[in-house]
Amino acid sequence: MSQSRKYKTLRFATVTVLLVVLIVVLFFITLGTGVVSISPLGVLKTIIGQGTDRQELVLLDFRLPRIVLALLVGAGLAVSGAILQGVTQNELAEPGILGINTGAGFAVVLFIFFVQDSLNGTLSVFIIPLFALLGALVAAFLVYTLAWKNGVNPIRLVLVGIGINAGFSAALIILQLKMNPENFRQVTVWLSGDIWSASWPFVMSLLPWMVILIPFALVKANALNVLHLGDDVAAGLGSKVEGDRLVLLLTAVALAGASVAAGGAIAFLGLVVPHLARKLIGPMHQYTIPVSALIGALLLMAADMIGKNLLAPMEIPVGVVVSILSAPYFIYLLIKTN
Amino acid sequence: MLSTIHHSKLLKIAIIMLTVVALAVSMGLSVAFGAVDIKLPTVWNAVVHFNENLTTHQVIQELRLPRATAAAMVGAFLAVSGAIMQGMTRNPLASPSIMGVTNGAAFALVITMAFFPGVSNPAMTFASFAGAGIAVVLVFMVGSFSKSGLTPVKLALAGVAIGTLLTSVSSVIALHFQLEKQLGFWQAGGLAGTGWQANQVLLASGAVGMVIALMIAKSITVLNLGEDVAAGLGQNNALLKILGILSVLILTGAAVSVAGSIGFLGLIVPHITRFIIGTDYRWLIPVSALFGALLLVLSDIVSRLVNAPFETPVGAITSLIGVPFFLYLARGKNGGGQS
Repeated sequence: MSQSRKYKTLRFATVTVLLVVLIVVLFFITLGTGVVSISPLGVLKTIIGQGTDRQELVLLDFRLPRIVLALLVGAGLAVSGAILQGVTQNELAEPGILGINTGAGFAVVLFIFFVQDSLNGTLSVFIIPLFALLGALVAAFLVYTLAWKNGVNPIRLVLVGIGINAGFSAALIILQLKMNPENFRQVTVWLSGDIWSASWPFVMSLLPWMVILIPFALVKANALNVLHLGDDVAAGLGSKVEGDRLVLLLTAVALAGASVAAGGAIAFLGLVVPHLARKLIGPMHQYTIPVSALIGALLLMAADMIGKNLLAPMEIPVGVVVSILSAPYFIYLLIKTN
Repeated sequence: MLSTIHHSKLLKIAIIMLTVVALAVSMGLSVAFGAVDIKLPTVWNAVVHFNENLTTHQVIQELRLPRATAAAMVGAFLAVSGAIMQGMTRNPLASPSIMGVTNGAAFALVITMAFFPGVSNPAMTFASFAGAGIAVVLVFMVGSFSKSGLTPVKLALAGVAIGTLLTSVSSVIALHFQLEKQLGFWQAGGLAGTGWQANQVLLASGAVGMVIALMIAKSITVLNLGEDVAAGLGQNNALLKILGILSVLILTGAAVSVAGSIGFLGLIVPHITRFIIGTDYRWLIPVSALFGALLLVLSDIVSRLVNAPFETPVGAITSLIGVPFFLYLARGKNGGGQS
């Protein structure tokens, strides 16, 4: 027993270190590539304050906040997916499929439509995540109650999620068309998943959510492990099933909402990443949650770089890149699972 | 699925007559309503005694009438496609938009516009058929490779996955070739600007697709008893499926190439029809066509009313109507449950 635990810890350490190294390497590559390409040495120089003014502007004001946002959003969505899959005991659960992302998107669009023009920029940057959270909560509540029929069956949950998703999307289209052209464009790009308004204030408004919620999820990992065994077993083991489930669900919804506020409706990331993490490290949530966070961050940073550079100077929304990368894997999962 | 009402042939014919009258009236209203309101008698006159010196008559003949007829045909085609898909797969959630067929058609249209700019209208329609075909084949492949077969939830998820994938690839292509506006139109669905040419495309494909659909109607009813029973009764199931898929492709492809993706219509109409008229596909297919036509003509009127003088994509309207129905099905015993 202790032998296998030791092996597990070792494996976890190896995977974590590997992922962190990959993230750092990719981080420098991403910083250097773009319309103005900067050598790795130049990047390093700029970071320690030795670069030219131009390099500082490009790196510190444009590229760096965007990369940090991508890392945060990727981690947030992945952890949200990991929690949702654990809580619902459903391998196909994900904030995108369950309609939570679209709900958050709808709330943000409502905010832009009614309020933004009358607020100053910095304030709205901090309020948008709150609105996204509200929308995510409403969507999650709708999905959960509508799927309730003597308990929540995982399959019904997914189907109801698909329906709610379609409903919010339709409402979004109607709302969008009532906007002025400038807001319309902003929303259209953002809805297909885009790291928009990448600026330091936005990073600051998102950071507290991630810094508090991801460690909290980690603390709750054991409760998640127990819930994953099924309600009866969990209750038998002395877990407060409904209470734990509610807290964990709220955490997942909040993570998804905050991520959507910054990154738009990025589909499939929250679904695929936890699967990859489980493949690497096994089903224990104290391992899968941090590994998911790292893989999610890595994947979204890579997708953002691909989207930015593939058709440069045209940018492909990062959500589109993520879909193309991960939908085939999702289809593979669909074929494999029962 | 919904339970069905028992009724006689007479009642069925009465229902059909009633629907035809309702359809005619709503098409009349669709023509009458617009930026310039036209009275119903004028609409009648413009159709029967066309006078090219009158502006109203010209507006009716060139703009409003083709739009109303296109709406009716698109609605009918999508509803019949949905009915055939549900009948063949015995899956209550099967329908063009759920299965990603509309995304496939839009995908092929974007590719055609990007790489062969300036192709003719019929060629575009064929591209649309091909794209619809790609999506159907992909979804069915996912279903047949998976261990437990194509359960309702798998079908829905496979449709979502393949639809998203195709849409994503389409948007990359659209971004590169600056076709975002066209793609946006096909994704939202709308009937603005449909002229007589679009009607010709619809009429031609519809004639073929509907004839096939009506031909196989009886066999689909038998197939609903189960594949083994149908085979035992001497039915060629493989041929039936090929014909069924063919008619779905033609009907959906034509509908999408004209009106873009119109969500949920193909899902809900067959269910409503089954409830009213029963499970005999010889009745179900033509009545679905009528109900689908009626629903889309009415939705098109609503789409012009919601945000007048601007238009709302009619696909958004049908989705809003369809979602509660989808949720009802998802909660039902065949939607979620044991599958």
